[in-house]
Amino acid sequence: MKFDLSIARGARVASLAAGLLALSAASAFADAPTPNKGDTAWMLVSTAFVIMMTIPGLALFYGGLVRSKNVLSVLMQVFAGFSLMAILWVVYGYSLAFTGNPSEALNPFIGGFSKMFLSGVITPDATAGMSFANTATFSKGVVMPEIVFAIFQLTFAAITPALIVGAFAERMKFGAVLLFLTIWFTFSYLPVAHMVWFWAGPDAFTLSADNLETLKGVIGEESAQKFLGMLKEAGEDKAKIQAVLDEFSAAVTATGGFLWQKGALDFAGGTVVHINAGIAGLVAAIVLGPRVGLGKDNMAPHNLPLTVIGACLLWVGWFGFNAGSNLEANGLTGLAFLNTIVATAAAALAWTLVEWLARGHASALGAVSGAVGGLVAVTPAAGWVGPMGAIAIGVAAGIVCFWAVTWLKGMFKYDDSLDVFGVHGVGGIVGALLTGVFVNPGLGGTGVTNYAAVDATTTMVPYDFATQFSAQVWGVGTSVVLSAVVSLVALIIIKAIFGIRVSEQAEREGLDIATHGERAYN
Amino acid sequence: MKFVMAIIKPFKLDEVRDALTAIGVQGLTVTEVKGYGRQKGHTEIYRGTEYAVSFLPKIKIEIAVGSDQVDKVVAAISAAAKTGQIGDGKIFVYGIDQAVRIRTGETDSEAL
Repeated sequence: MKFDLSIARGARVASLAAGLLALSAASAFADAPTPNKGDTAWMLVSTAFVIMMTIPGLALFYGGLVRSKNVLSVLMQVFAGFSLMAILWVVYGYSLAFTGNPSEALNPFIGGFSKMFLSGVITPDATAGMSFANTATFSKGVVMPEIVFAIFQLTFAAITPALIVGAFAERMKFGAVLLFLTIWFTFSYLPVAHMVWFWAGPDAFTLSADNLETLKGVIGEESAQKFLGMLKEAGEDKAKIQAVLDEFSAAVTATGGFLWQKGALDFAGGTVVHINAGIAGLVAAIVLGPRVGLGKDNMAPHNLPLTVIGACLLWVGWFGFNAGSNLEANGLTGLAFLNTIVATAAAALAWTLVEWLARGHASALGAVSGAVGGLVAVTPAAGWVGPMGAIAIGVAAGIVCFWAVTWLKGMFKYDDSLDVFGVHGVGGIVGALLTGVFVNPGLGGTGVTNYAAVDATTTMVPYDFATQFSAQVWGVGTSVVLSAVVSLVALIIIKAIFGIRVSEQAEREGLDIATHGERAYN
Repeated sequence: MKFVMAIIKPFKLDEVRDALTAIGVQGLTVTEVKGYGRQKGHTEIYRGTEYAVSFLPKIKIEIAVGSDQVDKVVAAISAAAKTGQIGDGKIFVYGIDQAVRIRTGETDSEAL
């Protein structure tokens, strides 16, 4: 076994990595898993889909919702934000999110710098040719090229800050936007991604002498030998073997991110992406204050067809986001795909129905807003719940998001221009909590896999509502607090040094002309 | 010479044009306008936010005709633009001091 688990503890592995990777092009080990070409192809397609969500999808969704004098500013903030995050991701983002930290104390919260500039992910070699490291998926013995995983994750890191743009649309300085997104990405997105998604991979939970190379990389040679010795002593006694496995499993789990250790389930980024961005949006909307003329001027969306097109691109792209997050192309990928259809449809219908009853009209904007709320809510759940669970989550998201943008926003009078908090924050929280309910196999969910075993088999963790739900609450709470604090501090600093709002005159004239020197419609 | 100016509902424009053509009116000018009268406005709701739309889209028609034709024109517009609902519009008639056809230099009734 010689594949380099991306997840292995950074410092400990760093010294090994170079030597191991040099071998990886022409493996000397017959049993080293190689990536499946079907999986890899699917992941590359998914990656492109998530890009489609952002720079046409999200940009048009937001662009149609603002006034015609600000449409280019919103498109540009999304576009520039995406581009900036893509660069930051390969420079240091991937490393901080998906490597171990040399410090035991910091490791649960943030990664290290061992894979800056994608070092070790691809390794150029003048004689043997470039070699590509592999990384774990969610199945034992199945790997994928780490570079493909890194690009897939790049698209997530790039869309998340772009989501926040909607909250401060029509009034924030362009420079302040880029600076804020950079700070927030570094101190909120990367830690939350690390806390939720960084783990040793399924193969690290196989306690067997054949798997020693992997175990050494994760828990260290001494510890690995200790557990193998304990396993030998346990002999054939099933109870003793289980006790050893439990202790071993705890040791491997302890090398993962903070929320991973808590057992918080987040299939495709409900916590990492949506709650995280939604809270940042809420804080930004409050710190910036309302737009000039709010409540007096007509701020109706200037082009709802653009918004509907954008929402539809989001929906289609979301199949890459959710189904792609399985990292393989198999039945579970199909389940995540289906859930992404039915939860979204249910949420669109739920919003439509509630709006129809409460307001007398079934609006197009309502239907697509509900759909996005449903997409957000099913994101953490996609690969954990059954289709009926997904429909229930969608209905809940449609109703709760409608309540959040119509009443909650009015009650607290913050100007979250395009409802980033109301849809992504609130929908994300609904989805994260309900994932803990509908993952229950008794309610049609998949249950949670226990990878700890003496061979490549797995078992199931018995479902317990209190345990799972409290893990979900930990996930939500951590993300809310971290994102709020980082956003607040970042905005206060930027406000003090550079200012965050355009002048009132520029705001009245529109950001397209005032900031970007162009008009959308001539 | 009289100048007939009518404000009508946008979807009635084709019927009004047909009615005017039928009685021999040879030209008219149309402008998309906004305004309010007894119909007042309406509210639009986008997500949670309500906006009062106080100016409704209307069509303004302007026609210059000979004094002898005015009554026929007013009657034709009235009949064609009527729905019986509030917001059907209004017709105003006023005098013309002078008219010139730019291409030929003809003046007054010859220019109409």
